[in-house]
Amino acid sequence: MKFLRVLVLVPYFLLASFPLFWLGLTSLKSYEDSISNTVKFVPSAEAAAPNSVRFQASFEAYRSLAQPVAGTPNNFYQYLGNSVIVGVVSTLLAVVLGTLCAYGFSRFRIPGSKDWLFFILSTRFLPPLGVVVPVLMMYRSMRLENTHLGLVVLYTGFNLSLAVWLMKGFIDDIPRAFEEAAWMDGYSRLQTFWRVVLPEAATGMAVTAVFCLIAAWNEYGFAMTLNNYEATTVPVYFAGLQGNIKGVPWPQIGAGMVVFVAPIVLFTVLVRRHLLRGVTFGTVKG
Amino acid sequence: MSYLVLEQLQKTYAGGTHAVKGIDLTISQGELVVLLGPSGCGKTTTLRMVAGLEVASSGSIHLAARDVTHLRPSARNVGMVFQFYALYPHLTVRQNVEFPLHSAGMLKAEIAERLAAVAAQMGIERLLAQYPRQLSGGDQQKVSLARAMVRQPALYLMDEPLGTLDSDQRLSLREIIRARQLELKVTTLYVTHDQEEAMSLADRIVVMEAGLIRQVGTPREIYKNPRDLFVAKFVGSPGMNLIPGTITRDGSSADFTPEQSSARIPIQPQLPAGKAILGVRSEHVHQHPEGPIEGNVVTDEYLGHARNVHVQTRQGRIILRELGAETHEKGRQIRLAFDPDHVVFFDPTSGDRL
Repeated sequence: MKFLRVLVLVPYFLLASFPLFWLGLTSLKSYEDSISNTVKFVPSAEAAAPNSVRFQASFEAYRSLAQPVAGTPNNFYQYLGNSVIVGVVSTLLAVVLGTLCAYGFSRFRIPGSKDWLFFILSTRFLPPLGVVVPVLMMYRSMRLENTHLGLVVLYTGFNLSLAVWLMKGFIDDIPRAFEEAAWMDGYSRLQTFWRVVLPEAATGMAVTAVFCLIAAWNEYGFAMTLNNYEATTVPVYFAGLQGNIKGVPWPQIGAGMVVFVAPIVLFTVLVRRHLLRGVTFGTVKG
Repeated sequence: MSYLVLEQLQKTYAGGTHAVKGIDLTISQGELVVLLGPSGCGKTTTLRMVAGLEVASSGSIHLAARDVTHLRPSARNVGMVFQFYALYPHLTVRQNVEFPLHSAGMLKAEIAERLAAVAAQMGIERLLAQYPRQLSGGDQQKVSLARAMVRQPALYLMDEPLGTLDSDQRLSLREIIRARQLELKVTTLYVTHDQEEAMSLADRIVVMEAGLIRQVGTPREIYKNPRDLFVAKFVGSPGMNLIPGTITRDGSSADFTPEQSSARIPIQPQLPAGKAILGVRSEHVHQHPEGPIEGNVVTDEYLGHARNVHVQTRQGRIILRELGAETHEKGRQIRLAFDPDHVVFFDPTSGDRL
């Protein structure tokens, strides 16, 4: 059994992590090495022959991240800052609002609750970019263009339906008897929500947060169209690099990618215990 | 005197289900009263209305001379034990038991004192640092009892607290519940569908069926003197044997003649003549060579301390309890007689006692 697990997991890990690994290598290369015909994968301290598998490693690409993007005053780190602000705030909002909304649908008798839930889900049916023009016009008249708030509102809106549905599943699985016991123990509904429901829902909230954060982190279309440069996120930065007349600066993309992916990996690792419990929720309970 | 008073308590659910159809019940302080009935009889709904977890559709609930009908559960000062323990999984046993005390904003020293006392009473001191999922069902229910007791509430409510436990755990916990309840003299309302549990625990049993009370009485009264056919059949394991027939009066004496039989069984003379159903407990039926009822043995169940012999007669299935070790062969023909002091009669149309 253990052998089988290794047999499946090790090749899969290599396959899945190879692109990241290769980007990491590319981030250490010079531009010439990054587009060399020879496959170069052994970093070394000094210069290597053009047909060698060795290449001279440097942090030049990481330094280049600090240079402003053509046509804007912003460098990569300002884009990253925007991603962090927009991603974190919209994720928090979606998880908090989604949890409260899901609790309501789960615990109270709401007239037409099935229809409301379907309506909430249906907001995901339309590809978001299908409404880019009306959104752009609304944002222009409300002066939400070029602001963090604009993207936060938009991403929260898109993620909310996912958050409500995921959290409703998790809260439905929390036995009502826990809350009833807390009421009998002298707590109000709000205190009970805070002290009994939330700790039990933490797993679901972690799962939901990962999904929302990844969605906001990767979104490109609206970040691109609703901004000149003031609140643009990292995906827009990468797209901008493609238009470079000197060719696509692969080492710089690699370096940016490493910095961009790291927070998500870190966050996922931090909540991985919750994630595992979340994924197996329901199956273990039988 | 009257400590918990339910008056014309009714519950109709939004779907139209009339779960409780008017309950009148008065419970004295320190009494343990068991609501007993088959599933769907409204006993749990009644309990949950007393708890405040369900809103009464009509009627009133008074606890310690205070009208609590419309109070929130948290304002009623009632401790509840749930069938599935309902211990908070993210808290340790200690935190679970302390939880009700924090809501009251109690001082740390007093919390520690109460916790120590209740942990000793329930014998859960060694479990305090563990999480509920690490405990057996019996231990979880002990913790749940401790949590209900720690606040020293005005009333305990127990919703089938032993329903999911193994039989040995059930017996020991039953003893603990009764011992603590007697010691602390806390009025308790206890729901179960297990009549043996009801018998062993209760000061008084309330037999319910279809949202109504059928009979209220001590376990002895309920067992010996069931007020109607439902109670006779439901209480006892097995339930009462019921034999349809006719009562005839002749001057100062009366006889009972079972259906499809010409036997005449002398009975108490004050009973009215006409169709009737005779009820008799298994332990008051015995073999007798001239017995008025005749039948064939169907099965002979060995219970260790006794045997239940199922006999098919022309009047229906009759079960008698025998203490001897010798078993009857299947199909054997035997005659049965009843202990005349221990038979009761019911009206076949209304089901009530004659």
